[in-house]
Amino acid sequence: MRREPGPGPVSASRRATGGLPIVARGVSCVQGATTVLADIDLTVARGGRTFILGPNGAGKSTLLRILHGLIAPTAGIVTWNGATTRPLEQGMVFQRPVLLRRSAEGNLRYALALAGVRNGDADRRIFEALNEVGLSEVARRSARVLSWGEQQRLALARAWALDPEVLFLDEPTASLDPGATRAVEKIVADIHARGTTIVMTTHNLAQAKRLADDVVFLHGGRIAERTPVDLFFCSPRSQEAAAYLEGERL
Amino acid sequence: MHTIAESLVVAAGLVGTFDPRLVDIVRLSLSVSLVATGLAACIGLPLGAAVAVARFPGRGLVIAVLNALMGLPPVVVGLLVYLLLSRAGPLGRFGLLFTPKAMVIAQTILIVPILAALSRQIVEDAWSEYREQLTSLGSGTLESAMTLLWDTRYSLATVLLAGFGRAIAEVGAVMIVGGNIDGVTRVMTTTIALETSKGDLPLALGLGFVLIALVLLLNFAAHATRAWSRTRFG
Repeated sequence: MRREPGPGPVSASRRATGGLPIVARGVSCVQGATTVLADIDLTVARGGRTFILGPNGAGKSTLLRILHGLIAPTAGIVTWNGATTRPLEQGMVFQRPVLLRRSAEGNLRYALALAGVRNGDADRRIFEALNEVGLSEVARRSARVLSWGEQQRLALARAWALDPEVLFLDEPTASLDPGATRAVEKIVADIHARGTTIVMTTHNLAQAKRLADDVVFLHGGRIAERTPVDLFFCSPRSQEAAAYLEGERL
Repeated sequence: MHTIAESLVVAAGLVGTFDPRLVDIVRLSLSVSLVATGLAACIGLPLGAAVAVARFPGRGLVIAVLNALMGLPPVVVGLLVYLLLSRAGPLGRFGLLFTPKAMVIAQTILIVPILAALSRQIVEDAWSEYREQLTSLGSGTLESAMTLLWDTRYSLATVLLAGFGRAIAEVGAVMIVGGNIDGVTRVMTTTIALETSKGDLPLALGLGFVLIALVLLLNFAAHATRAWSRTRFG
C-alpha cells in the first residue's frame, strides 16, 4: 500500500512565502567534458518524499544541489514557486556532516541566528531539536568530536530547528551502521511529519522502500523514470531501473 | 675585549639579575612588536579571509602579490616608511620618525602580508569544506569570512605567533625608522647589532638569549595551541 504524502502542520508563514513547487525545466549540467545531467524536467511538489536513485555517477548529488540552488545549471532553468532565486526556507544535510568548531548547541544557534531566530525562541528550538535527535546530553560538547552518527544526527537537529519547507538529504546514511541509519531514518520521518518536503538521494533500496513516496531514477544524467515507490519496486517501467534493481552493473 | 666564555658568563648574569637596561630594551621590543602584530592582525586576517571567500576578477593576482610580499625585505620597508615619515615626506608633519610609533608602522607593514597570505590559505582550506553548508544556511560572503575566521582561530593563532616572531626578530626596518636611540627606540635586534659592532658582547649575547628563548617559547605555544585545539574541537 503506497503511503500518501502527509501534508503535516505547515505554518501559515511558510505557505505564504514558500518556494514550492520546485520546477526544473530542460536542466543540464556539464562539468569539463562530462555531461553530468542532460535535459532534466522535474517538479517537486509540497509534502512528498521524493527519493532520487541511480547508479554511481548518474548525477544524483548534482541534481540535488541544483534543486537546492547550490549550483547553477549550465542550461535550463529552476524555479522555486515561480521565482528564480533560491528561497531560504530550505535545508540540506550532506553525506559528510559539516559542523563548525563549536559546541553542538553552538552549531544550532549559529544556523538559527543566520535565519534571524534569536534569544528565547532560539533556546526553545535548540532544546527541542537536540531532544528530538537524542543529543541533549552532549549539547555543550564540541560538535566535531562527536561520533560520525552523532554528527549526522546533529546535522539533522539543525534542520529540525530551522524547520525548513524543503529538506534535501544527500546520502545521509552512507557511512553509518544499521543502528545509526535507523536513527537517522526516524528523524527524517519525524521531520517529514512536521510538514517538511523531503528530497533525498540514497543507494539503500530498503531505505527508499521504507521512506519514499515516489522515486526518480537517474541513469547517465537523464531521468529514466519517475514512479510511485511501490510501483517502482514491483514493476519498474524502464529497463535501466529494472537492471539496477536486479543488481546488474549499469 | 671579553673572551667568548667571559661574555657568556656576564650575559647570563645580566639575564639572571634582570639587568634594568636589558629589561627596558626587552620591554620596548615586546611592546612595539605586540602592538604591530595587533594592528597587522586587524588588517591582515580580515583581508586574508575576504580573499579566501570572495570571487572577483584579479583574485589570482592579489594572491600572488600577497604571497610575494611575505618576503618583503625589511630594509626596503624601513626606507619606504622613512620617506613617508621624514620631514619632507607626506606624513612628516606628524613628527613620528625616530619614535617607537614609526617602528610599529614599519613592523605592521612588514607582517600584514604574512598574516594575510597565511590566513588566506587556512581560511580557503576551511572554505572548501564549509562552502556548501554555509551557502545552504544562507550565509553571505562577509558572514562566511567572519565565521571561518572564528572557526579557524586556533590555526590563526599560530599565524599570529609567526607574525610576531617575524616582527620581533626584524632589525633593518626598525633601525632605519627608529634610529636606534638609546632609551627611546633601541630594541633587542638593533642593540645586538650595535653592541656587536662595538665589540661589547655581553649585552648582545644576553639579548640574544632572550630573543632565542622568545622564539622557542612562541614555537612551543604554537604547537601546544594546535594540539589542544585538535583534542578539544576536532
